[in-house]
Amino acid sequence: MLHIKCPHCGMRSQNEFSYGGDASVKRPELGKDVSDQDWNNFVYNRKSLRGKHWELWQHLSGCRQWIKVERDTGSHEIFKTLKAEEEIS
Amino acid sequence: MTQSFRLKDVGLINRNKKLSFKFNGKKYYGYEGDSLASALIANGVHLIGRSFKYHRPRGFFGAGVDEPYAIVQLYRNGETEPNIKATEQELFDGLEATSVNCWPSVNFDIGAINNFLRIFLPAGFYYKTFMWPKSFWFKIYEPFIRKAAGLGTASIKHDKERYEHKYEYCDLLIAGSGPSGLASAYAAAKNGARVILAEDKSRFGGTLLTSEVNIGNKSGKEWADGIISELKEMPNVTVKNRSQVFGYYDHNMLVMSERVSDHLPKTKEFHPKQRLWYIRAKEVLISSGSIERPIVFGNNDTPGVMLSSAAKEYMKVYGVLVGKKPLIFTNNDSGYETAIEFKKNGIDPLILDTRSNPKSEIINEAKDLNIKIKNSYVVVAAQGYKKVKSADISKISDDKEQLGNIENVKCDCICVSGYWTPTIHLASQSGNKTKFNEEIDAFVPGISKQNEKTLGAANGIYTLEETLKDSFEVGHEVSKKITNNENKVSFPNVVEKKSSIHDKFWCVPLPKGKNYKRFLDFQNDVAVSDIEIALREGYRSIEHVKRYTTLGMATDQGKTSNLNGLQLVSKIENKVVPAVGHTTFRPPYTPVSIGAIVGREVGKHSKPTRKSPMHSWHEKNNAVFVDAGVWLRPRYYKRGNEDLFEASKREAKNVRTNVGVCDVTTLGKIDIKGPDAAELLNRVYTNAWLKLPVGKARYGVMLREDGIVMDDGTTTRISENHYHMTTTTAQAANVLSHLEYYLQLVWPELNVNVVSSTEQWAGAAIAGPKSRNLLQKLFPNSDVSNEGLPFMGYMEGDLFGVKARIFRISFSGELAYEVNVESNNGNFMWEKIIEVGEQFEIQPYGTEALSTLRIEMGHVAGSELDGRTIPYDNSLEGLLSKKKDFIGKRSLIREAFTAEDRQKVVGVVPLDKKTSIPEGSHLVKDSKAPSPNPKLGYISASCWSVEYDNPFSLAILKDGKNMIGEKLFVMSPLKNKIIPVEIVSSHYVDPKGERVRS
Ligand SMILES: [Zn+2]
Repeated sequence: MLHIKCPHCGMRSQNEFSYGGDASVKRPELGKDVSDQDWNNFVYNRKSLRGKHWELWQHLSGCRQWIKVERDTGSHEIFKTLKAEEEIS
Repeated sequence: MTQSFRLKDVGLINRNKKLSFKFNGKKYYGYEGDSLASALIANGVHLIGRSFKYHRPRGFFGAGVDEPYAIVQLYRNGETEPNIKATEQELFDGLEATSVNCWPSVNFDIGAINNFLRIFLPAGFYYKTFMWPKSFWFKIYEPFIRKAAGLGTASIKHDKERYEHKYEYCDLLIAGSGPSGLASAYAAAKNGARVILAEDKSRFGGTLLTSEVNIGNKSGKEWADGIISELKEMPNVTVKNRSQVFGYYDHNMLVMSERVSDHLPKTKEFHPKQRLWYIRAKEVLISSGSIERPIVFGNNDTPGVMLSSAAKEYMKVYGVLVGKKPLIFTNNDSGYETAIEFKKNGIDPLILDTRSNPKSEIINEAKDLNIKIKNSYVVVAAQGYKKVKSADISKISDDKEQLGNIENVKCDCICVSGYWTPTIHLASQSGNKTKFNEEIDAFVPGISKQNEKTLGAANGIYTLEETLKDSFEVGHEVSKKITNNENKVSFPNVVEKKSSIHDKFWCVPLPKGKNYKRFLDFQNDVAVSDIEIALREGYRSIEHVKRYTTLGMATDQGKTSNLNGLQLVSKIENKVVPAVGHTTFRPPYTPVSIGAIVGREVGKHSKPTRKSPMHSWHEKNNAVFVDAGVWLRPRYYKRGNEDLFEASKREAKNVRTNVGVCDVTTLGKIDIKGPDAAELLNRVYTNAWLKLPVGKARYGVMLREDGIVMDDGTTTRISENHYHMTTTTAQAANVLSHLEYYLQLVWPELNVNVVSSTEQWAGAAIAGPKSRNLLQKLFPNSDVSNEGLPFMGYMEGDLFGVKARIFRISFSGELAYEVNVESNNGNFMWEKIIEVGEQFEIQPYGTEALSTLRIEMGHVAGSELDGRTIPYDNSLEGLLSKKKDFIGKRSLIREAFTAEDRQKVVGVVPLDKKTSIPEGSHLVKDSKAPSPNPKLGYISASCWSVEYDNPFSLAILKDGKNMIGEKLFVMSPLKNKIIPVEIVSSHYVDPKGERVRS
């Protein structure tokens, strides 16, 4: 079970969180034209990579904040966690 | 039979407490402090089971977790449990156990014929033998194997025992209470660290209980006892026996199973049987010790052949002799320690040492005691079937290739020592890159991935002095990192006998003309010849060899077999052992009961049960409840002898003719506040929300980004910047997360707050033509006329002094209202509605009638909004705004979603107007078409229409738009039904929706 540092609450067990997928995905702006390819990439296409990965988690059974977590998908090492509004650097 | 193998006045058992127990129906006696194994051996019982494949007789091989043979079926307090190691099970009064893997009995076992047919049962025999003919598998092969094989029977009864889970945090978790565990725990605890010290056995001390050493002028055991009692007094230390740390997971999370009550005849009231600890440790010290390695020789699985360390432990801990004419077969000094112990207890052992001329203090002591020693000697084969009777022994050449003349010596046990294998399972589980240590011929932990260190014998350090020095040091250093303290404990004076180096000999060659089975894996019956066949057949990777031969795959996980298996592969392949590598160690280190893993989450406790504030009223009024997500909801209210069908029909009919009331507390509710609340709703719902006036409700549908309907519900504008959203019961949590996702990550610029208010409000739906009359009586001071409170209107009211929210919304298709009050007043509201409603012939209705009412009105719900349908499919396309963008809109123009013959919800009526249509049935054009019969759609929901008094269903049907009036067939292979049906509009009752506006 992972140990995730919520930027709001501190170190918490994985079972308080729910996984939210790739954090680098940006939703196309509302009301703008989007090509089929761009829309498919946003809705469906994800890199299933092994290694460092920025991903979203929600601290569901805690502060309910969505956070960004940089995790190695192979080793499960967590390098950094950010609040929702903080930009991935 | 008396305990004829019990020594006098030796051991740590309590001779004042005699216990009786049964094995295979026969009664025996033992003492408190015995294991089942030691008590059986004390009574001279050595035949305990049959082996897995050949059904050869099995006795005892070890004295602890490494035991591959002595697995029994245990009976305790009316329950039974399989896969219990007799060496680990503590004796209690009234214990009963039986052999496993033998049929009909352990003494006459029909499967033993495999032993004589073994030439036909080579490596991979399961893969090869039972493949042909295929039709034989279910009828002949499988039932036979099931009856004759297996390691016990799981109980099919409900387990009455209680199992607990516990979460714990600590600075240091120390696994194992041998010398390294005690020393490191003591040093760390004295330095202020929060320590958990876990010991698998009931007694602390590990090898200190059986070795002849002196620490600080005390015997090893006295020193261990002293440290433990001091640790137990310290507030920063938790000391746990009967607790196996069996798994090392990510981020220094370890799991330990504590056998709280397994050693007692019966679990004490309010105590769990077992407790699973989830421990998050800052640092982990692994002091799991080492396991003695066997030497491989002919018939080395005969009962009476066992590890020399086990023989010593049975004497020193339990006061039990494993034999009265022992033969010790060793390649190192450990065998001598066992021999000395025998001699001290008046038994004359014979030592066979593979070494030609070893010299050490321990050997000198043996010689001084006049113990017979034969150097450069090996056991070629054990003789005897159900127990060792003698051994064929021989001299062996210096290159260990040539045997001399075979001699036969009488003996009743053969105690084997092939040196020691560090227990690296936990380190390996943690991701540690293990390395091969040439000196001890075994793998040891290497580079750590997590915060762990391995100490003492588990790290390949086999002298006590070095172990203690290192462990005190590490315990201090690791704790210092955490506490910044500098309290060092002084290092005690250590006296131990020096031993000489071991001989890297591990397998006795076969004598000419003999074909003895030489076993590597004792539990899975894997012999040297099986590995040879696997390699001959082309298996190279050790992982493949393991799976093909099942080497190390039994419940003992190869604790005694792995290294010898690697030695053999490396020898045949002409590679060094590290080049062969070892297979991956995976948790659990020892078997863990399913009950412990599940913990308290069984039956009703597997999820929370949520009850509405009106629950006790429902109970008192004969409600029959149904699980709706985590909620318990009344399904119907039973009157007299009514069944579900009759009761729900009555309730639904009463709604259509008079008035009914339904508990809708379970609906998800989200309170939305902020100046941008309308904008948020406008983006998440498919329809327009910016112009909804205060005091009005609107129905809305929300999509996922892929265009699939996520949920529906009504949202009401309570005041300028305040909205009250309702969701379906099932999707409440998902919708809240969904909103939070967009507010926090996608549109943080929106100034809105959302919070769940599901549990803050109790809700009652009042539906039926007389509902307004009832409402007027309930709220005499409010204008609830059609003008005062029109359809989709909202107002606040006063319900006999209680503040209430009144929504004019309808799920039943009738004139209907929903009244919400604060949860605490829920029961008050409900009783008032029932009391006042009596004059209007009110009846409460449950979820079954609720479904009937919505189905015949064609209102879609969870069974249509099933995560596979888009708005069009549910005839909700009228709610898609063309003017604005919303979540998921872009997906709706995808080809499949706009296809001309796209599926759509329709109504289905059986032609005979009688036959009920099973939900989940398929719709087909031709009921006699050959398989696969093209499926046109499926029945999503069925009811008995109370309006027309015939069955009615909703279906999602291909090209549903153009299918109205068609005749099709409903097919349910599951219920074996074929029903001719007509497709009708999904809006079966009141298609124009006039009633809700009346
Ligand atoms: Zn948090």
